[in-house]
Amino acid sequence: MTMLSIRNLHAAVEGKAILKGLSLEVMAGEVHAIMGPNGSGKSTLAHVLSGREGYEVTEGSIVFEGKDLLAMSPEERARDGVFLAFQYPVEIPGVNNVYMLKAALNAIRRHRGEPELDAVDFLRLIKEKAMLVQMDERFLSRAVNEGFSGGEKKRNEILQMAVLEPKLALLDETDSGLDIDALRVVANGVNQLRRSDRAIVMITHYQRLLEHIVPDFVHVLAGGRIVRSGGRDLAVTLEERGYDWLKEEAA
Amino acid sequence: MSTAATANLLPEFERVSASLPGDARVAERRRAALARFAASGFPSQRDEAWRYTSTAGLARRKHSVAIDTPVNLARGRAALAAAGAWDGPQCVFVDGSHRPDLSNAVAAAGLRIRPFAAAVAEDGRIGERFAGWGGEELSPMISLNAAFAADGVVIDVADGAEHGEPLRLLFVMTADVRDRAVFPRVIVRAGQRSSLAVVEQYVGESAADGFTNTVTQIHAGEGARVTHYRLQDESPKAYHVGNLIVSQERASEVVSHSLSFGALLARQDIHIMLSGPESSVTLNGLYMAEGRQHVDHHTRIDHFEPTTRSEEYYKGILGGHGRGVFNGKVVVHQHAIKTDAQQSNKNLLLSNDAEVDTKPELEIYADDVKCAHGATVGQLDEDALFYLRSRGLDESAARALLTYAFAGDILGRLGIARLQKELAARIAGRLPGAAEFLEAV
Amino acid sequence: MATSANDVEALISKGYKAGFITEVESDTAPPGLNEDVIRLISSKKNEPEWLLEWRLGAFRQWLKKEAPRWAHVRHQPIDYQAISYYSAPKSRKDGPKSLDEVDPKLLETYEKLGIPLREREILAGVAVDAVFDSVSVATTFREKLAEAGVIFCSFSEAVQNHPELVRKYLGSVVPVADNFYAALNSAVFSDGSFCYIPKGVRCPMELSTYFRINAAKTGQFERTLIVAEEGSYVSYLEGCTAPMRDENQLHAAVVELVAMKDARIKYSTVQNWYPGDEEGRGGIYNFVTKRGECRGENSQISWTQVETGSAITWKYPSCVLTGDNSTGEFYSVALTNNCQQADTGTKMIHIGRNTRSTIISKGISAGRGQNAYRGLVKVTKGADNARNYTQCDSLLIGPKCGAHTFPYIEVKNPTARVEHEATTSKVSEDQLFYCRSRGISREDALNMIVNGFCREVFKELPMEFAVEAQKLLGVSLEGAVG
Repeated sequence: MTMLSIRNLHAAVEGKAILKGLSLEVMAGEVHAIMGPNGSGKSTLAHVLSGREGYEVTEGSIVFEGKDLLAMSPEERARDGVFLAFQYPVEIPGVNNVYMLKAALNAIRRHRGEPELDAVDFLRLIKEKAMLVQMDERFLSRAVNEGFSGGEKKRNEILQMAVLEPKLALLDETDSGLDIDALRVVANGVNQLRRSDRAIVMITHYQRLLEHIVPDFVHVLAGGRIVRSGGRDLAVTLEERGYDWLKEEAA
Repeated sequence: MSTAATANLLPEFERVSASLPGDARVAERRRAALARFAASGFPSQRDEAWRYTSTAGLARRKHSVAIDTPVNLARGRAALAAAGAWDGPQCVFVDGSHRPDLSNAVAAAGLRIRPFAAAVAEDGRIGERFAGWGGEELSPMISLNAAFAADGVVIDVADGAEHGEPLRLLFVMTADVRDRAVFPRVIVRAGQRSSLAVVEQYVGESAADGFTNTVTQIHAGEGARVTHYRLQDESPKAYHVGNLIVSQERASEVVSHSLSFGALLARQDIHIMLSGPESSVTLNGLYMAEGRQHVDHHTRIDHFEPTTRSEEYYKGILGGHGRGVFNGKVVVHQHAIKTDAQQSNKNLLLSNDAEVDTKPELEIYADDVKCAHGATVGQLDEDALFYLRSRGLDESAARALLTYAFAGDILGRLGIARLQKELAARIAGRLPGAAEFLEAV
Repeated sequence: MATSANDVEALISKGYKAGFITEVESDTAPPGLNEDVIRLISSKKNEPEWLLEWRLGAFRQWLKKEAPRWAHVRHQPIDYQAISYYSAPKSRKDGPKSLDEVDPKLLETYEKLGIPLREREILAGVAVDAVFDSVSVATTFREKLAEAGVIFCSFSEAVQNHPELVRKYLGSVVPVADNFYAALNSAVFSDGSFCYIPKGVRCPMELSTYFRINAAKTGQFERTLIVAEEGSYVSYLEGCTAPMRDENQLHAAVVELVAMKDARIKYSTVQNWYPGDEEGRGGIYNFVTKRGECRGENSQISWTQVETGSAITWKYPSCVLTGDNSTGEFYSVALTNNCQQADTGTKMIHIGRNTRSTIISKGISAGRGQNAYRGLVKVTKGADNARNYTQCDSLLIGPKCGAHTFPYIEVKNPTARVEHEATTSKVSEDQLFYCRSRGISREDALNMIVNGFCREVFKELPMEFAVEAQKLLGVSLEGAVG
């Protein structure tokens, strides 16, 4: 069944059109990769999906599980199961990592009509999930992302994803800034979270990530639109030939 | 109520007022300015802005506003030689009076430089401006200057005119007359997208005990770039009170350098008004005091408009019985969102009797801002000292080297290589034991 | 004013009688302040002659002083002759009979703070049963303290039972003429707390005014004196956690701390006096002088304050570091919302050698609140190797508030190291968005971020206080989310 349906999406930042008629259908259980050169609109797509301010949708629609996603606040989207792993996770000094995550999980559980987890149960859960991304427990008690290295921040994002169990996970340049070992750990974590009722949309510049998380579909974003879709092999072609030939085709 | 301390300046005004330049309207404004000064007098330490700086020495003395006394040119030349060579354009003032015979101001396209006295005489509006526009509410010292300003310079830069070569304004004080008081006024009007660099330099004979009360007004038009230097190196007996008032229009960039080495009492008031969006200012400062010197910098930056930016770097080196005062105020007004203001003041205390008082202030009435300030007081790093000594430097040389290095980033921002070199030598010359590494500088 | 001795005599006796008569009738002195009123206060409290003279001395100093105008706050001039300076504890029948009669908004706040029902009754001034649980609790505590030799009682009791201690230390840290409000307090102080920790004693429990119920009614001119003898330790919690409904009432308290050799005093305050309404009507003027002296070597005084209440706060809990190797600390959270104004900070006066001080100040401005940090770090000539570190951060919530920083640093010793850092910024939209994208509401996210911002200060508070402070912050920030 269709989980996410993006139709003819146009979006602008500070009056400048970035997305110009993007359409995409994502079914439960699928893993999609959206690739594209710098400035093609990849991050804008991620931000529009997560509900960030400053991105104006001028045309088109986004329907998530039958609901108008664009009408929802960022927290409503999260509670309904949309998760964005940030490209640059922000540091929040003084706010304990576990505390934040517990507040988030319980807000989501309340929304689902499930009982809130108490401190003991939550700690058990998070310790179990932390193993998934090989995250040292001492990071759990630190402030959110504060003083984390690039790799630690990305692991923390995947840890949050594992705890919050979203239906739709958007990974925005999750591979950027990771060395090969960290990339493997993060990818491994994501792979373990692949499920038949969960969809994953990866946004990436390089196909390197796709060697570790093999997508069902690959889309090329250029000039604010998806200019080509295909399977895993499309990514390989891109790696060999670069983006320029597609840009030419698009023009 | 205590009576305002005005020393003998009110009668002095009556004595010299007929000799001051300007028409009847200017004279009227001078008198009004004098009245404002008379009402408050020299600031007292009960004024927050003067709590660390006493003007008692000024309030006590018998000032001599000797504009009617002929300039002793021979003494002026001698003092001039000590100020360092300058092969670019310059205007020279001896004991407050412009000396065309010593100046070599160039006439370049789009650049108009006029002696203040002449400019006021031929253009009444300048007279109105200097005595009405100059932010007198900031300090009674500005009113005092407005009343007595007899000479100086008025610089106009036409729209789009760019002048890379710095213009020097050299003020020489002789010891010819005791307790002399001079009141230079500099007005700079930089047109849209113009650029200009002005170096104000103050020097004096070693016995010169004069009082310089100077006011510089700069107006930077849209997109203009103005760099201003004030190098205060008067005799150790002198009193120096300097004011700099800058108003900036959209996207203008101003850089102010204030370096203070001389005078018994030196006070600089720098007031920047960022009145146009996207305007920016950098304040760079270094002060040194030794013996019984007292040096005080008060800076105030008003962010009136959105997306304005200010940076401030001030350092002080205090030895002997010297006392350094720094007060850096940044005001972000409600309208001025997206302001970025950074300020730093660092002080080095080199002797048991040296003293420093610093007060960085932020007053913020807008929420979308990024402001930070930092202030430190300390001494040379013992580890660094030890390291240098372990490499064979004797202690005084090691101290001199580290002190010199402390001032290094301020010097590094000066932008004029010639000045940088001269001032480096000036600083090194004040550090005992610097001889060893001076050659290497 | 030249008056003959006889005239003065006549005046005094006349005034005194008048005051007394009024007092008998209504238990309250008529509004106004003069020497008669002070004599009345002193006599009602059965004070020794020296204390009356001390009060009168303070009053005469006060007459010569002007209210400070340098603070970054604005208010209508206070009519000191319109205030009544003596009011005996009101009889219970004046108060509301039950919680049903109390303003529901106030009760809502208590509810959110998680204050137990019984406590809410006292806070709201409900006439409670004479055999109230806490009274016996207080007694138990007293016994335990007495065993350890700790004296902890109301100031009035101390004057009666330990006059020599009171006389020795009263005004020794905050001189009567220190400032306008301190002089006023010295002249008319009503009651307060007295605490004496003998040599070598570690106070067996945290002392709190909560356990001394009568302290809740000590009124607007409190006087607190804490003396920690050599090698002793005490942690004192000042709970002004009760939002009190008052119309621009003046609170001019004085707190003096004395720490002798190797002694340590930890003084924590959570201040939540009534801040006035959204439009700035009403609320407490909290003009307080708090100062501690580290008199002995190796002594330490720590001030921790969470200031969320009051219409205007004017207070600078300070440390005079006289003893060699002594340490002063100041941890502060000050929040202003709606029309609240705060001008608060500290003074660290380094006098002894090897003295250290730390200042951590977190200011939060929301609504139309104005929040100023004002601090002085002074290193005197003899204070070799003094160290100070100051971190002063301000958070802005909304376009109409203000945050101001006025640090004074005065150094007269070349071996000192003083470091001051300050930042001001608005709550980061990135942080808010990050939390929201994890499912947390904007309001909760804001609370979380503000609490995180204050964390360095909260961790200095005793556990229960820290929890309360966090909740308080949430309640105080209500309506601040745009």
